[in-house]
Amino acid sequence: MYNFNYHQAKSVDDATKLLTGVEEGKLMAGGMTLIPTLKQRLAKPSDIVDLGKIADLKGIKKDGNNIVIGAMTRHFDVANSDVVKSAIPALAYLAGHIGDPAVRNRGTIGGSIANNDPAADYPSSVLALNATIVTNKRKIAGDDFFKGLFETALEEGEIITGVSFPIPEKAAYMKFPNPASRYAIVGVFVAKTGGNVRVGVTGAGPVAYRQKDYEAALAKSFTPDAIKGIVQKDTGLNSDIHASAEYRAHLVNVMARRAVTAAG
Amino acid sequence: MGEFALGQAVSRFEDPRLLRGGGRYVDDMVLPRMAFGHVLRSPHAHALIKSIDTTKAKAAPGVLAVLTGADWEASGWGDLPVPTGMKRRDGSPSYKPRYPALVSDRTRWVGDYVAFVVAETPHQAVDAAELINVDYEPLPAQVSTAGAVQPGATLVWADCPDNIAFVHLEGDKQATDAAFERATHIVKRSFTINRVTAATMEPRASIGDYNATEDRYTIYTTLQRTHSYRTELAQNVLKVPESKVRVVAGDIGGSFGMKSAVYNEPALVLLAAKVTGRPVKWVSTRSEAFLSDAQARDNVTEAELALDAEGKFLGLRVRTIANLGAYMQASSQVFVGNLGTLAGVYRTPSVHADVTAVFTHTNPVRPYRGNGRPEAAFVIERMVDCAAAELGIDPVELRRRNLIPPEAMPFKSGLTFTYDCGEFAKTLDMALKLAERESFPARRAEARKRGKLRGLGLSNTIERAAAPGFESAEIRFDRSGTVTLLSGSITQGQGHETIFKQILCDRFGIDPATVHYVQGDTDKIAIGEGTGGSRSATLGGSAVLAATDKIVAKASAIAARILNVQPGEISFADGIFSAKQTNRTLTIGDIAKESVNPRFLPEGMEPGLIATALYSAKVANYPNGAHICEIEIDEETGHVDVMRYSVVDDVGTVMNPLLLEGQISGGVVQGVGQALMEDIHFDTDGQLLTGSFMDYAMPRASDLSAIEIGSNPVPTKTNPMGVKGAGEAGNVGSLPAVANAVIDALSPFGIDAIEMPATPERIWRAINNARHGASR
Repeated sequence: MYNFNYHQAKSVDDATKLLTGVEEGKLMAGGMTLIPTLKQRLAKPSDIVDLGKIADLKGIKKDGNNIVIGAMTRHFDVANSDVVKSAIPALAYLAGHIGDPAVRNRGTIGGSIANNDPAADYPSSVLALNATIVTNKRKIAGDDFFKGLFETALEEGEIITGVSFPIPEKAAYMKFPNPASRYAIVGVFVAKTGGNVRVGVTGAGPVAYRQKDYEAALAKSFTPDAIKGIVQKDTGLNSDIHASAEYRAHLVNVMARRAVTAAG
Repeated sequence: MGEFALGQAVSRFEDPRLLRGGGRYVDDMVLPRMAFGHVLRSPHAHALIKSIDTTKAKAAPGVLAVLTGADWEASGWGDLPVPTGMKRRDGSPSYKPRYPALVSDRTRWVGDYVAFVVAETPHQAVDAAELINVDYEPLPAQVSTAGAVQPGATLVWADCPDNIAFVHLEGDKQATDAAFERATHIVKRSFTINRVTAATMEPRASIGDYNATEDRYTIYTTLQRTHSYRTELAQNVLKVPESKVRVVAGDIGGSFGMKSAVYNEPALVLLAAKVTGRPVKWVSTRSEAFLSDAQARDNVTEAELALDAEGKFLGLRVRTIANLGAYMQASSQVFVGNLGTLAGVYRTPSVHADVTAVFTHTNPVRPYRGNGRPEAAFVIERMVDCAAAELGIDPVELRRRNLIPPEAMPFKSGLTFTYDCGEFAKTLDMALKLAERESFPARRAEARKRGKLRGLGLSNTIERAAAPGFESAEIRFDRSGTVTLLSGSITQGQGHETIFKQILCDRFGIDPATVHYVQGDTDKIAIGEGTGGSRSATLGGSAVLAATDKIVAKASAIAARILNVQPGEISFADGIFSAKQTNRTLTIGDIAKESVNPRFLPEGMEPGLIATALYSAKVANYPNGAHICEIEIDEETGHVDVMRYSVVDDVGTVMNPLLLEGQISGGVVQGVGQALMEDIHFDTDGQLLTGSFMDYAMPRASDLSAIEIGSNPVPTKTNPMGVKGAGEAGNVGSLPAVANAVIDALSPFGIDAIEMPATPERIWRAINNARHGASR
């Protein structure tokens, strides 16, 4: 780890002020990606602004037909929230299967979404549930948020304050975890609201995406068989020591079918 | 006595201390004026070092010294120990590469030692290391084990023209070949045992201290054998008498062989301490452990099993290429001593093994729990299952036809070992019952309904434990009657303190809470060998027992004086010395108090109740056991779930069932880990791709089922305790049992081999290929 200046922001405004004018500022949410990166000396920020003490950013509430989760809400709290468990149990399940207990007790939804790791779990749910990312500047539709590998729609100085998830009729998340890291080798979030079905896929490609062929087929018939024959092409999918693109493509179909079954 | 007696499931005495943060690991030790070292490692698997410029690093804040290969060469110290005594195929001595603590001209693996920076703080040392400018010329690397001996392979050592360090032949080749001549069936298979790393909870660490006024060195470090470590360090490296060196180990958080012998860093902290006049500490990070720890296993094998028409084994031929990594380190050749495991629990009359040990541009390889035993057990137990499948004989039945019966003991096996005892058929039967194998078909059918492929795999293995050697123990009664117990053996977490205290307290009838246990300090322990190869209960335990004998003999003589009876009239039982003639009794503590009183000392007897015993064993013992693993494969994803695991072991007399269960369970988990997920993976340039727990998959509780453990103890007569080694048995049996279970589950597809570890993608591909083949 290199030396850096550490700041504890009192509010979101305070955080943006602290970031202004510094050589290379970095926001820290749960730090579950940032701290290992720093320890390995793979990043050398001049200043770190810790969002951990901003009370406004934490919490879960039901707002009409939406579940709104503060950006600094930990995975553990989402997984164990009665509000989430009763409204979108699939989201609680997802949060309860991120990494390991240590990660779930530190890592936050805002940090995960802003980091946009290609194997992170949350992006699949943001896409499938048609969530809205709320920042200190605007509201961003989930579909417009994830731009590429570790790349999001966030602008300089823009801070996620919360995520608003519309409550679906039914939903489920199925993940094939990396045996080492427990990130998703492939994770598929399926959500059905009325006649509309959305399928968010994480882990398989460089960035989470919607499997629109599956969506169309499932809108007609919300059954695993409806998508069994629809081939997920492996072009452009990730390939690494844990899983080839071909295997990932296969897993997308398996996990999607299982998610449909689980959603009921 | 009673609750602490041998055979009782006594909770570990050391745990309350360790669990409450009372452990004292090297990183917990702080010496006055201590400085901190950091190793600059090679980023290339193979590169020429054209120049090293340390000017900026030396001028960096807090820097006390920057050592390079040139400083190592100028130090006058010797290289680290390299084993000798092995031979090449033509009979010439094994290739002996140099093993300096810092390299000067060429690096041979990612992690090789280029420079050592010493600074006031650990961060300053790392910062300064980044300022060292090394001009490398990267060269092609030889990474694969089998490829190392292929024509045109890149050489790891220029004057070792075939990358072969040594060749080891074992067994009667002529007799084995003759057995194949008369065989009805010959089963032939190839196996790859992949490379793993120990990933100990405590990473390696060392503090070097040099006392100039005494001209004496102290090393605080992580190890397994304090005294032999001192010998290696004093003779090979420092070139000083052993009395000028003190080796101290604190608590050690796991080793499994990995921390066995002297590494580069202890030499470097000592040299740095001498250069700077300050104690110097080096502690590995987890990332550095993946890069720099010695790794394990990694070999490719071709095996042939010859059988007669009735399925009797006639002979076994095994050819193995074993990867040593870039260097030879102390103990890197020891695995050949465990080839005997190939003979298994079977009457196979002749076995021949041909092992070629090769260099590659990878981490050096050292012993790792089992050290050749699990690899050999894997080969024989997989071969038996393959033969069973080919001949259409039930694998249990095929084993039964070949098991060595108890009445054949002692039995000279077809390779190196002579077994003294063991009830292999009974142990197997007990395991089959424990695992409810009879009802397995029903479980398999039920799983099929859920889309799962259920498989059952077994292994019936034997290995050598406690190779000939010695161990010491010392019992010191103080004047109040309490005891200090010292052992030359040393725990890395196995529970030595508990077992040794149990032996002592069982014998003396004293409260273990009053016994102080000391280990791991060459200035405190007179002599010792240490821990490794499942030897501590046998040798260390027998030494403690022998020391208690000496104490009892002396105490009896003193008791006779105190009670005023003839020495022969004293009897000792349950911790009480008594005599028929009097109703007075004495405890050992009472006698200890009087043992310095000349009035009660027989003529010519030294005062004090202090005894040192060295126990020496000329023969090893042979723990064995049957493992049965049941798994389920998710047919669509290839994922394996361990559903059930049963072990019945024979480790002789069970001294503490709780600790035994811990040893067996830990070993099983390591075997399951290697069989299903753990894998050290390099790319073709020799870059480590599994350099953290994000990519190196360690088994977790959720990856295992419960492990049911039964016992069929057949005490050995080769030591007074009747014990056989228990430390490695779990690992030896589990590697083949898990693999056999996976293959059994896949057998409906005609699949008879899966690369290790059996990852989901490999299994998925095998199923796909089998289906594709079937449809053609």
